[in-house]
Amino acid sequence: MLSTRNLNKSFGSLVVAQDIALELPKGVRYALIGPNGAGKTTLINLLTGMVRPDSGEISLGGEDITALAPHARVRRGLARTFQVNTLFPRLSALESVAVAVLEREGHAHNWWRNVARFSAATDEAQAILAALKLGGVAHRATRELAYGQQRLLEIALALATRPRVLLLDEPAAGVPKDESAELFAVIAGLSSDLTVLFIEHDMNVVFRFASRIIVMVGGRILVEGTPDEIGRDARVREVYLGRHARAA
Amino acid sequence: MASVDYFQRQARWRPLEFAFWACTLLPFVVTPNYLALASQIAITALFALSLDLILGYAGIVSLGHAAFFGVGAYTAGLLAKHYVAEPLTGLVAGAAAAGVLGYATSHIIVRFRHLTLIMLTLGFGLLLLEAANSASALTGGADGLQGIKVGALFGFKFDMFGRTAYAYALAVLFLCFLVARRIIHSPFGLALRGIRENATRMPAVGAPNRAHLRKAYTIAAAMAGVAGALLTATTSTVALDVLSFGRSADVLVILILGGAGRLYGGMVGAIIYMVARDQFSGMNPQYWYFWIGLLLVAVVMFLPNGILGGLSALHKKPQ
Repeated sequence: MLSTRNLNKSFGSLVVAQDIALELPKGVRYALIGPNGAGKTTLINLLTGMVRPDSGEISLGGEDITALAPHARVRRGLARTFQVNTLFPRLSALESVAVAVLEREGHAHNWWRNVARFSAATDEAQAILAALKLGGVAHRATRELAYGQQRLLEIALALATRPRVLLLDEPAAGVPKDESAELFAVIAGLSSDLTVLFIEHDMNVVFRFASRIIVMVGGRILVEGTPDEIGRDARVREVYLGRHARAA
Repeated sequence: MASVDYFQRQARWRPLEFAFWACTLLPFVVTPNYLALASQIAITALFALSLDLILGYAGIVSLGHAAFFGVGAYTAGLLAKHYVAEPLTGLVAGAAAAGVLGYATSHIIVRFRHLTLIMLTLGFGLLLLEAANSASALTGGADGLQGIKVGALFGFKFDMFGRTAYAYALAVLFLCFLVARRIIHSPFGLALRGIRENATRMPAVGAPNRAHLRKAYTIAAAMAGVAGALLTATTSTVALDVLSFGRSADVLVILILGGAGRLYGGMVGAIIYMVARDQFSGMNPQYWYFWIGLLLVAVVMFLPNGILGGLSALHKKPQ
C-alpha cells in the first residue's frame, strides 16, 4: 500500500534518513521502534510530505506521491497523528472533526451555506467521535478536554480523512500506562483494511499490538520482521532491547 | 440529528444582535446632528469587519489593509468624477478593483506568517500610498481627488445633514455583515478558523491552507474596497490619507479594542474609537491619541480578547 525507495534526508551533516526502503502491505499493523534520535518522527514527516527528502521515492497504492503537498497526500489516503497534540484549541471536538470530513467531501470551499446543511458530514463527525468514546464531549472546546481525550481526538481527526494508511506518532505519549492499553485497544479495533504504522516505546504494547516491527537506528532501518523474529534478533537486543532491559 | 442542531445553534441570531442593529437606527432620532459622524463610524466598522475576516478568522495580521480601502475609495472617486455619478456603480467597481488587487497580492501574502507577513502588508501599503501620491494627474496627489459629484441614490440626494449618507452606509454595512456572518458559519469559515487555530494541523486533515487563505484575503479586500467607496460617496472627496499607514494602524487598533474574531468586535471598536476621537480631539486636538494609547494598553493587558471578549466572559461567569 505504502512503499519507499532509497529515501534519504540530511540536516547539514546529520543524516536522519538513509536508504529507507519500506513496503507496507494493506491491513498490517506495524510498530516503528528505535532509540531516541533514530529518525522515527522524521520518517513520518518524510512520508507525509512535511519534510522533503533529498532523494528517493514514496508511493501510495502504486502512485508516486513524492512531489505531492501534504494535504494532497491526505486526500489520497495517507493520514497521520502527532506526538505532541496538534489540535484546534478553541474549536469544539465536533467542529474539529467536521473540518476534516467537510474537507474530504470537497465542501470546504463552500462559503455560502451553513455547516448545518451538510448533515451527512456533521453526522459522520459525530459518529467518529462516538466510536472513539468522545461522543459525550463533542460540544466541548478542545482545550477543555482531558489530556487522554485530546490524544483520542488526534486519532479521530486522522480517521475523519478516511485513510488507507494511518501513521501514529506515539499515540499514547504522556498517557498513563493503564489508559494507554485502552488507547491501543481502540487502535487494534480499527478496520482491518487500514494499514497502521505506530511509533511506540513501551515494548509490552509493541509486542502485543504489532503484527510486524520495524527497528530504526541512526536514520537506517536495522531490521524488519514479526515480533518473534525481532525478539530473537541479536542486533536488536544489542542496540535497543538489551540496553533498554539493562536500564529497566 | 444532534450534530445538525449543534451547528444550527451556533449560527442562530441572538437577542442581543437584534438589539444592536435596532440601536444603529437611533442616531436618526436621538442625535440627528451627528449623522455625519455616524456614517463615518459605519464606514469604519465595515472596514474593521473586513479586517476581522482575515485577522480574527484566518489569523492573517495585516498592517496594510488601507491599501484596499484606498483603492476602493479612488476607484469610486474616479468613476464618479469622470463617468457615472450614481454611487452604487462606484461601490461595485471599488469592491471589484480592491478584490482584484487583493487576489493578486494574496499569492505572496499567504506564503508568509508572523513578522514577515506584517512587514509585507506594511510594505505593500506604503508602495501604493506613494504610487497614488506621485500619480497626481490621476489622483490629485497630496491635494486629494477634487471635483467629485456624487449623484442621487434611488432618488435620494446626499444632504448636508447626512441622512442619506448614514442610511446608505448603514444599509451597506448591514448587508456586508450578513455576508460575513454567512461566511463564518459556512464550511469555508470553519476551515478558516481551523487555520487560525492550528495551521500545521490543517494540511494533515487534507486542507489546502493557501487556497483557503487566498480566498479569504480576496473577500476581505473587496469588502475593504466597499468601505472605501462608501467614504467617497458620503464625503464627495478622496484624500491621500485613505491609503495611509495611519489608517491601517487605526483599523487594527479598532479591531483589537473591540475584540477580533467575533464579527461585532470591529463595530464596537469603531463606535468607541470614533466617538472618543470626536470628543477628545474637540477638547485637546493635539494629544487625543494619548487617550487611545491608554485605552489600548489597558484593553490588551486586562482584556486580551478585546472589550467584547471581556463582556462575554463576564456574561458567562454567573451561569
